[in-house]
Amino acid sequence: MVDFGGARMIEVGTALPEKVFYLDRALLKAYADASGDQNPIHQNEKFAVSVGLPNVIAHGMLTMALVGKYVTDWSGGAEHVHEYSARFIKPVIVPADEKVDLTVSAVISALEDGKVKLDITATSAGVKVLGMAKALVSKND
Amino acid sequence: MLNPDSVGRTFPGSDAITVSQNEIDAFCTVLGETDTSIAPPTFSIRITLEQSQAILSNPDVGLDWTRVVHGDQRFQIFSPIKAGDTFGCSSTIESYKVAAGNEIVTVRSDLHKGSELAVSSWSTLVVRA
Repeated sequence: MVDFGGARMIEVGTALPEKVFYLDRALLKAYADASGDQNPIHQNEKFAVSVGLPNVIAHGMLTMALVGKYVTDWSGGAEHVHEYSARFIKPVIVPADEKVDLTVSAVISALEDGKVKLDITATSAGVKVLGMAKALVSKND
Repeated sequence: MLNPDSVGRTFPGSDAITVSQNEIDAFCTVLGETDTSIAPPTFSIRITLEQSQAILSNPDVGLDWTRVVHGDQRFQIFSPIKAGDTFGCSSTIESYKVAAGNEIVTVRSDLHKGSELAVSSWSTLVVRA
């Protein structure tokens, strides 16, 4: 669980605490099996390089799923997430035998009909990996 | 190239798919999620990716899946997914354009539980030149 430290103030502009996830090759393999996406660019370095990538990259949907975990931890469960979207602007690069970060934070950008809109920031190695990442949730306290 | 006649059309997926607890558990494990009573918000991609890939790779539609890059993704969740739920899936090609030789396709996938729409998701796929 992300510890949101009892930050209960829900108003536009409130920043939610940052959380860091770590990705490695084993996690990419586990996600490939769990999602059914066995594209070799997420597992095989030789193949990834052969198609012009710097190295093995994480599934964009794995990045989005981990950021989704950040969102559900704050909202109080997956049943409180109504909309969730993101653009994949840069890959999360995952070299062999390394753990790379996925650093997530969010700001409350709007309150509509009892629901909370989050603008989410996600970076890896200091580079923004998701663009226009947003979620619409109902907060369960 | 995508067959222009397929733009705007809705294609039914294969037979109904029932979600198992094992599938939800595996997805949750990757994310460190301990509450496995409900599928995580992006879980539906496990169903829709395969279905939309099959539909779009069909010769009648003609998308070259080997060169596809995922541009963006959006989910609208009306009813959260639980183990034992059975879904029918359809995919609609909502928009298509060619920019700098790249094909850009937006596909909406709908998961219906009986007559009820449970999840809609939109994927923008870029077929690299």
